[in-house]
Amino acid sequence: MPVYRYPVPPASEITPKDTILNRRAFMAGAAGLALAGGISGASAQERPKLTTVESPLSTDEAPNSLEDISGYCNFYEFGTGKGDPAKYAGSLTTRPWTIEVGGLVNNPGTVDIEDLLSNYTLEDRIYRLRCVEAWSMVVPWVGIPLASLLSKFDVQGSAKYVAFETLVRPEEMPGQASSYKILPWPYVEGLRLDEAMHPLTILAVGVHGEVLPNQNGAPVRLVVPWKYGFKSIKSIVSIRFTEEEPPATWNIQNPREYGFYSNVNPAVDHPRWSQASERRIGGGLFAKRIDTLPFNGYGEQVASLYDGMDLKKFF
Amino acid sequence: MAQSKAWTALPSWTVYLLGLLPAAFYVVAVFANALGPDPAKALEHALGEWALRFLIAGLAITPLMRFARINLVKYRRAIGLTAFLYVVLHLLVYLVLDLQFDWGAIGKDIIKRPYITIGMAAFALLVPLAVTSNNASIRRFGAAGWRKLHRLVYPAVLLGAVHYLMLVKAWPPEPIVYLLIAVALLAVRLVKPARRARAA
Repeated sequence: MPVYRYPVPPASEITPKDTILNRRAFMAGAAGLALAGGISGASAQERPKLTTVESPLSTDEAPNSLEDISGYCNFYEFGTGKGDPAKYAGSLTTRPWTIEVGGLVNNPGTVDIEDLLSNYTLEDRIYRLRCVEAWSMVVPWVGIPLASLLSKFDVQGSAKYVAFETLVRPEEMPGQASSYKILPWPYVEGLRLDEAMHPLTILAVGVHGEVLPNQNGAPVRLVVPWKYGFKSIKSIVSIRFTEEEPPATWNIQNPREYGFYSNVNPAVDHPRWSQASERRIGGGLFAKRIDTLPFNGYGEQVASLYDGMDLKKFF
Repeated sequence: MAQSKAWTALPSWTVYLLGLLPAAFYVVAVFANALGPDPAKALEHALGEWALRFLIAGLAITPLMRFARINLVKYRRAIGLTAFLYVVLHLLVYLVLDLQFDWGAIGKDIIKRPYITIGMAAFALLVPLAVTSNNASIRRFGAAGWRKLHRLVYPAVLLGAVHYLMLVKAWPPEPIVYLLIAVALLAVRLVKPARRARAA
């Protein structure tokens, strides 16, 4: 079926280069002024707008503000504090950027970020995001179904999993440059092929109708809304199809606490804390706790992927 | 050699004044909406960290006296009570803002989550110490008995530091550093005092 090409100009045409460079200088200044990690410099920066279409897969819950989403992140490549990515990710260079696609495909190759931005229909996907740390947000992602990209590479029949890898660039990622290695780099993640091809699974290139802020995994990241947030790997440089279950960073770090599947499940607690409820970010000091839903509320769409599996064992 | 008077020139109530500055900062930060998108968690963690800092400061008084000959004992009660204040505020934020008086969840946390169990145990150990941090109690227990009771602060600080280490993901340096400092300050207490050169 021919894909209708929306008239989306490449991001390089939307934003003059000096504007991008000024933004970086501004970010560096803002990082210096930011108070105790509480204030992010991100809210003030201008990012190119994206042309998008709505999706029936979006939730109608009210999205978190861009300030919340870009100011409260886990991206250990930039530090372990929630405000660290906003402070330090400004220095990340996101152009040129390509994703290498290989492994068990007949058609290996690379994907350029400009190709993703201009040759696909970008969809608004307003998803709940549930962190393994028991907080949650509603994020209006902009992205494309991962399946629409992967299908171009002619996947071989023996492929059962998809492995993802984040950029390694210590010069721009202080967490990787530190002699104290908080995690083994590169950050890696994996999905079963059917999870990767599920219509809910997207590659996100934007949020709130704009290009992704660096701290949210620019220029392109995975979003798998029924799994804990750490499965949604950021700043992807490699996608490979494999026959064996690929390694996943948090699972390597502590296999007892973080499983390969890591589906949101209120019935399976983290060994150290409860997963029964969550704090929805953005409600201020007195935000009410809400009950966590199986598969983060996406059970109707994805529960069948796990038919017959003991989810307490395959957590 | 007597220490310089400068070390103890300030009255001990200045410790309370300085000790309350972080709390005051967080009150302002709450109203200025400057604690980020998850203010309850930020407050909970900051208050817990300040509690640990003051507990560790209190533990440092004796080694300073023994090894650096700096006597700051007059400030220790104020440091200890300030630490307890932060422990109480930290616990209140957990009960009121984090778990929101969900007593079922709180009970489960205490029984099933070792880091909560440990934190609560540390709090329980500190309560009698705060209650007896006054001259009347020292007279009632006698100096030796009172001192013995107040050794409960040793396990309390260790439990507090372990409580912090157990709630983080992976092995970030901060909680490890706090635990190492606490262990070091307790370990130096095992060093036998050198034989006095002069007769007392």
